[in-house]
Amino acid sequence: MEGDIVQMGAYIGAGLACTGMGGAAVGVGHVVGNYLSGALRNPSAAAGQTATMFIGIAFSEALGIFSFLVALLLMFAV
Amino acid sequence: MADEAHGEEGGLVFHPMDQFIVKPLFGDGDVGIFTISNVTFWLAAAVLAIVALLVLTTSRREIVPTRGQSIAELAYGFIYKMVEDVAGKDAVRFFPYIMTLFMFIVCANFLGLLPMSFTTTSHIAVTVVMAMAVFLTITILGFVLHGISFLKLFWITSAPLPLRPILAFIEVISYFVRPVSHSIRLAGNMMAGHAVIKVFAGFAAVTAIAPLSILAITAIYALEVLVSFIQAYVFAILTCVYLKDALHPHH
Repeated sequence: MEGDIVQMGAYIGAGLACTGMGGAAVGVGHVVGNYLSGALRNPSAAAGQTATMFIGIAFSEALGIFSFLVALLLMFAV
Repeated sequence: MADEAHGEEGGLVFHPMDQFIVKPLFGDGDVGIFTISNVTFWLAAAVLAIVALLVLTTSRREIVPTRGQSIAELAYGFIYKMVEDVAGKDAVRFFPYIMTLFMFIVCANFLGLLPMSFTTTSHIAVTVVMAMAVFLTITILGFVLHGISFLKLFWITSAPLPLRPILAFIEVISYFVRPVSHSIRLAGNMMAGHAVIKVFAGFAAVTAIAPLSILAITAIYALEVLVSFIQAYVFAILTCVYLKDALHPHH
């Protein structure tokens, strides 16, 4: 019984941890959206900033990955 | 984790995570350190693919490049320019390392997209080796080049003095979290994408929604091709960013 409750808590926690990915989605969308609005204003400067955009995506995505990591740990390690 | 969830509960015929099980290539039995498993096979296939793409196609060095040779030249030029732009001119001596990482990840990702194949990069065991190699290289390189003053990377002089210890604390944490995010980003993206394809493939068993599900698989597959390339690119570009930190820690 006690183990079941712990298991349940771990699964609920894993599900809740996945909400963090929504935050990462908002962040990535924000980065790309701002890149695009900047690129449409000044298309000649856009090509040079693609790498910066990907770095920004990678960094904001990292925080979504941590929530994924927490979910994985709750599912398989706790 | 995937073996026990089959059939009986009336769910999918196969489990979406089944494709990530490591099994021996020949016969049954346990997977030991030296067992030739499907991971071994697909890692070797990735290496052979790189050899075929970069060595065999360019061996004749034609003036007017063939299709294969132009792909190899494009890949070379693309990564060379990225290293130069992101990490600076003096990072070019690390270009072979970054090119190796990029080509290996891109080939492993694309081979994993073949139906019935095994995605080696979806396993954290594979990606963490590459991420730790990058992390150790960069830490050692930073200390070799700059000595103890490499630690100035964590002491941000442009910030107000009272804030600096707090920032240093955050910077140290973010420095040590790098290999974690670096490896799990790749593995997580690969695993999630392939699992989604398999989930939609499971829906194809229901006749009423089969056409819709096949359309969805096609669309997601196209997205996965893009993701495979972008994740390899992101892995390489982050290596360049970290490399820049090691070469110029004072910003």
